Amino acid sequence: MLKLENISKTFNQGTVNEKKALRGVSLHLAPGDYVTVIGSNGAGKSTMLNAVAGVWPVDEGRIILDGEDVTAKPEHKRATNIGRVFQDPMMGTAANMWVEENLDLAMLRGERRGLRWAVTKQDREFFREQLKTLGLGLEDRMTTKVGMLSGGQRQALTLLMASMKKPKLLLLDEHTAALDPATAAKVLEITDRIVDEHKLTTLMITHNMKDAIRHGNRLIMMNQGQIILDISGEEKKSLTKQDLMDMFAKTAGTTLDSDEALLTK
Amino acid sequence: MSVSAYFASLSLLKLAKAVPGGIAQGLIWGLMALGVFITFRLLDAADLTVDGSFTLGGAVTVMLIIGGCPAWLAVLCAVGAGILAGLVTGLLHVKLGIPVILAGILTQFSLYSINLHVMGMAANKALSVDKYNLLLSSRAIPSAIVTSLIIAVALVSIFYWYFGTEQGSAIRCTGANPAMASALGINIGVMKIIALSLSNGIVALSGALMSQYQGFADINMGRGAIVIGLAAVIIGEALGHALLGKRLNFWGTMAFTVIGGVVYYLVVVIVLWLRLNSNDLKLITAIIVALFLALPYLREQKRSSFQKLRAKEGQPHA
Repeated sequence: MLKLENISKTFNQGTVNEKKALRGVSLHLAPGDYVTVIGSNGAGKSTMLNAVAGVWPVDEGRIILDGEDVTAKPEHKRATNIGRVFQDPMMGTAANMWVEENLDLAMLRGERRGLRWAVTKQDREFFREQLKTLGLGLEDRMTTKVGMLSGGQRQALTLLMASMKKPKLLLLDEHTAALDPATAAKVLEITDRIVDEHKLTTLMITHNMKDAIRHGNRLIMMNQGQIILDISGEEKKSLTKQDLMDMFAKTAGTTLDSDEALLTK
Repeated sequence: MSVSAYFASLSLLKLAKAVPGGIAQGLIWGLMALGVFITFRLLDAADLTVDGSFTLGGAVTVMLIIGGCPAWLAVLCAVGAGILAGLVTGLLHVKLGIPVILAGILTQFSLYSINLHVMGMAANKALSVDKYNLLLSSRAIPSAIVTSLIIAVALVSIFYWYFGTEQGSAIRCTGANPAMASALGINIGVMKIIALSLSNGIVALSGALMSQYQGFADINMGRGAIVIGLAAVIIGEALGHALLGKRLNFWGTMAFTVIGGVVYYLVVVIVLWLRLNSNDLKLITAIIVALFLALPYLREQKRSSFQKLRAKEGQPHA
């Protein structure tokens, strides 16, 4: 479904702040792959997701989405096939617009936005059904401004918005990092359900090793702009936190004391 | 002159006579404010093109009518010219990466020369209502009020519809959260250009009406238009919230923007009636606008600020 061929990205090239954020990353996702991504600060996790989303052009390499080379396509064009949820709950929704208006904006992802009235009666029915599945009571607050919702509610709404019009690829950039543990668990539960229901090919960055092990069918670890581990199938199922830390030490050459190193940020 | 003599010299009749004209001009400025509302509130960008596009609208209208063009067609052409001015600002911003404030200033600056060219290098062009068939004039104030009111209601309704459509929502989303808009496949550059063009088209319409109302176009007629527009927007918001509170919907918000223009102009009428120096008007307007713009910040400061903490530290502990 997604193929990254040797992509590289350097920020602030030629200055003292030069940062080689991605150094030849290659990755191949099969349809329905649900991949968790871990790695310490500055490992290139978010950079990889942004490269796929087309936030800026990559310096080298190719990005192929469902057989189509999208390397030269700008962000808003790639959005047709990509659903995204960000770390900051503020980023995925428009605070001063209603819940139903936000949903409608997401419904039209990748479509021409013409002069039809945006939210119709049928839309409203559909949104109500969709919101019910979240189990947060948002179906009764469709004309509430999103800014009035809690962080967890906003992330759940953003998840719904990212998946409602089925994307070929779902990108989750630490979407539970800003939430309290209980809310984060709830949002992850919703994530699993949505991914499973639509059989979405998914890349999920997490700062939590346990979550990375527990969710998805495949796990990759990044370090210094490269993918250093790629574990799937039975091997992933039996994985422990200790295994991960040992593997990190072996491949990266430095030891990883605990969860903390990955937890920061 | 003593204070009592000053008050005695103020004639209420004179004020009453000046009010209708104030309402008519206020409505025309209110339309201009509607254009400012689109960029300032919906797109979250301060567009300074308006000072130039207001004059442009007036200049194009006057020259076309003098040239024999029917007034309604001249107004449409003025709107088209305004849209072009907004387009230039939009392209400078989106395609050349110039910050939107500077892009607006550049367009406005260049429009000074362009407007002079439009007016045949004259700083002022008269348009006599005796010679030409105009849409409205200060000679017939009641009908001028009706005409501008009809245009205002029509525009507010059209915008209510437009910003509820898929494209209009995309523009609002671009203003509210550009990162999200991109992630949802909205071409935010195009949306900004559309909004800036639309806004300046309306501003030029307002200029077109004003030039007919006052019977001339002047190279300086748009000076400070942005500040008046902002004043109308924030006066309208304050009034709308005070009168309707949570029931204020989008249609009402825009209607109150126009009303804000009327209130602003009535204040001007009163200032003139009080025989305060009208040259101070811009100073007074700027102070009022600055106060209103600062209000949200000051309110937040009152709730929590370092200054408040310092004041607390100074107090003896109980």
